[in-house]
Parts: sequence; C-alpha cells; structure tokens
Amino acid sequence: MSQIPAELKYVSSHEWIRDEGDGIVTVGITEHAQELLGDVVFVEAPEVDSEVDVEDEIAVVESVKAASDIYAPLAGTITEVNEELEDSPELINSDPYGDGWMFKMKIDSGDLDSLMSAEDYAEEIADE
Amino acid sequence: MGSKTPLYQAHVDAEARIVDFGGWDMPLNYGSQIDEHAAVRGTAGMFDVSHMTIVEIKGSEAKPYLQYLLANDVAKLQESGKALYTGMLNEDGGVIDDLIVYYLNDAHYRVVVNAATREKDLAWLENVAQQFDVSVEERSDLAIIAVQGPEAIEKAQSVMTDEQKEAVAGLKPFVAAYAGDLFVARTGYTGEDGYEILVPDNKAIELWSALVEAGVKPCGLAARDTLRLEAGMNLYGHDMDETVSPLEANMGWTIAWEPEGRDFVGRKALTEQKANGIPRKLIGLVLDGKGIMREGQEVVVNDEVVGVVTSGTMSPTTGKSIAMARVQRSVDAEEVLVQVRKKQIPAKVVKPSFVRKGKSLI
Repeated sequence: MSQIPAELKYVSSHEWIRDEGDGIVTVGITEHAQELLGDVVFVEAPEVDSEVDVEDEIAVVESVKAASDIYAPLAGTITEVNEELEDSPELINSDPYGDGWMFKMKIDSGDLDSLMSAEDYAEEIADE
Repeated sequence: MGSKTPLYQAHVDAEARIVDFGGWDMPLNYGSQIDEHAAVRGTAGMFDVSHMTIVEIKGSEAKPYLQYLLANDVAKLQESGKALYTGMLNEDGGVIDDLIVYYLNDAHYRVVVNAATREKDLAWLENVAQQFDVSVEERSDLAIIAVQGPEAIEKAQSVMTDEQKEAVAGLKPFVAAYAGDLFVARTGYTGEDGYEILVPDNKAIELWSALVEAGVKPCGLAARDTLRLEAGMNLYGHDMDETVSPLEANMGWTIAWEPEGRDFVGRKALTEQKANGIPRKLIGLVLDGKGIMREGQEVVVNDEVVGVVTSGTMSPTTGKSIAMARVQRSVDAEEVLVQVRKKQIPAKVVKPSFVRKGKSLI
C-alpha cells in the first residue's frame, strides 16, 4: 500500500497539493503515481510566472516506460519550479512528497475544499 | 487473471510489479528497471520468458516442411543444437512472427515463437503441416530462463553439476546443447552474452533460486524492452507485423534466397517487392535534445511526414533517447525531425544498433 500523507490534498490525476499558507501551494505527484510510472528519467517543468487554469496540462513526467501529463490542480500563477529535477528526475521516485516536489503556485482562490482528502484519494486508487 | 508461468510465485515473493503481457501475468520490474538494465550490461541478470511458446517439429519431412514454412533456410543447420533466426511469412511476404529454430536432427527441430502470437502461430504451423509428414506439438511442460550479461555464463555454470558444465563447455553463440534435463542455448535478446535455458517446469523455481543465490539479478519485461531496443533487435507487433515484409524491417539477412529452387511461403511476394522497389525501411534514431521518442510519433523531413517511430525509449546505457522508425525508402537525410509531444525535435539517423556488449555505439 503506498503512502498517502494525511496532511496533503489530492486530485484524481494523482497530484498532491500542500497548503503553504498565504495562497501558496506546493504540488507533486503521489507515491502511487510514481509507482505506476516506474523510473522517472525526464521532467518538463511548467514556466515560472505562467498563469494556469484548473486541469491545464502544464508539465510532463516521463519514465522509461511512458509519458504522463501533469495537470494544474487549481487556477493560479506558477511561482517556482523544482530545478533539482532537471538533473535528478529520480527524486520523484525516491521522495515523491519531499525532494521530488514539482512546482509551487499562487492560487487565485485560497479555497482548497474542492480537492480530495487523503481518505478520498485512498478510496479512489483502491477502485482502480 | 492471466496465465501464470512456473516462476510466478517467485516474482510475487520478490515483490515484482505484475502486468498483463499477451494474456500472461508477467513481472514488469522488481523495483527499478534501470537497475535491472544496468545489471545485464554490467554483470548478470535473468528473465522469466516461460510465456514464450515452444513447439517440437517431428517427422520424416520436418526439414522440407520448415524449408517451405520459413524465410531462412534450415538446411544451413548441420550441427545438432545449431539455431537460426527467421521470419515466418504469409503469402504477401508479411511477417506472421519472428522465431528461433533449433536443429536437433533431420526429423526433429525445436521452434520458439512469441507469446502474444501463440494462437495464430500454432494455427499457421498446423495449416502448413497438412502438406507434410510432420507433427507439430506444443511443449507447455518447460519453463525458459534467459540469463544475460558479461558474467551470465560464468554465473549460470556455477549452479550446474559437473556433467552439465561439461555439456555446455565451449558452446558457441547461437548453439544449444542438452545438459541433463536442461536445454541450454547461447542465445538472447539483450545484446549481451548469455544463455537461454529451457528447464522442466517443476525444476524452474529451484534453478531460478540458485541463480539468485549466485548473484544473478531478476529482471522484468521493462528492462528486457530497453535492452533489446539498445541492441537494435525488433519486437514483433511493434517493429514488424503482418503488414511489413522482412525487407522493410532490417530482416533482409534472414531471407535465404539461395538455392533459387527452394520455394517458401512469401517468396513470390518478396521477389516482386525487390524488383519493384522496397517501399519502406527501418532506421535507427538518436534524439538530439531533451525529450523521449515513443512508438507512434511521426518522423518529419522538409515539413512532410515520412514515417513513424515503431519503438522508442530513453536508453539507460547511453542516457539518450533512441528509437527505431519505419520511413519511406527514399529518405536519405542524416537528420530528421521527430514530433515528440508538442515539439519537433531533431534526431540523428543511425544504423539501428545502439549498444553491444556493454558499449555505446552512438
């Protein structure tokens, strides 16, 4: 059973969202998602300062096996990307909720209630 | 629930990620496909390929049957245990499957075909067999373990008895020998040295465990795919199929045109294709830039789509994205563009053989 930290929020496309306060969130992909992908070898990060809408395709994570689109979980502006991933994309496998984070964004509305709780996400992936 | 090989429980116990492959529950990886790939290039790894179909061809007309059935000529096989790689074609010259045939004696050959094509292959083998005095018998009582890598032979021999070691001593590439109840072939699908070992199904787990003890790393289908692509070996259903002739799939060398008098299924169509001009060819590509080529992506020259990627991946050995692509025969550019997702990225055209014996060729 993969780890699903209780303090994070989730979307069904397997991104996790951490509330950093002041309307800033950090986004990454879940442990379950990296297990499905296998060894990650390439990450195409979103552009800093770009404005994104909910469910926009904004980044790509490619494993040896397949490419997977990363979607904006909320509307807002990208403020920072994890530059470590350029040289060490495998951080997504080894530490998906920590050093493998993908980007931070300033969200248009401070409301994270539309997102899934850890419990909801666990149920979602159990049905797969 | 798919079919399970005799080694299935060993994969589950090793916490392999199991996926469906042609109706079989097979290990995709045991953690990291990159580590598994590196083991085969650096030391020794092994694959459960028991899902592949083994067929015994027996009878007084076994040889003429296979000479008619296959594009390569089994008459080349003189020494017992010698193997031959060949396509099995339809009347249009399209590849029904690619396979290895082992010569045992004039009345007995052993054929190993792909798992995903099992049913149509068996039907075709039976169909053509009606014209000959032969029997076609599937062997479902054997498992196959492919031990591959620079240390594969040494490590595999370390788990054999003295009699078995003697039986395989000095075995040449593409030759097999019986060693006790094993059938050991010096063949593989990785571009490395090694054995493919046919073992009775009830002894498979024991052999697998002994090989693990000897330091051979279990590897899944994911690593098998990156290894074979680096080695420039075709994968059936991707790099060729029934709509592709061997001449369009880098398999021209597997067609035995001599003797001219030998008729084989597809010969007429291939002869016509050669005379009229072969429409397409299979090339190798190395991406010059960031991104990963994938099957199905378009190949572009001068704003025109000239072909399609048939297999593509990130090559763990070279760190580059490599691919095979089928393009129009007329394409002679040294560089093409590949439509990788939203971008067109330049790729260098190379001979589709990217890594051999641990060394990058690109």
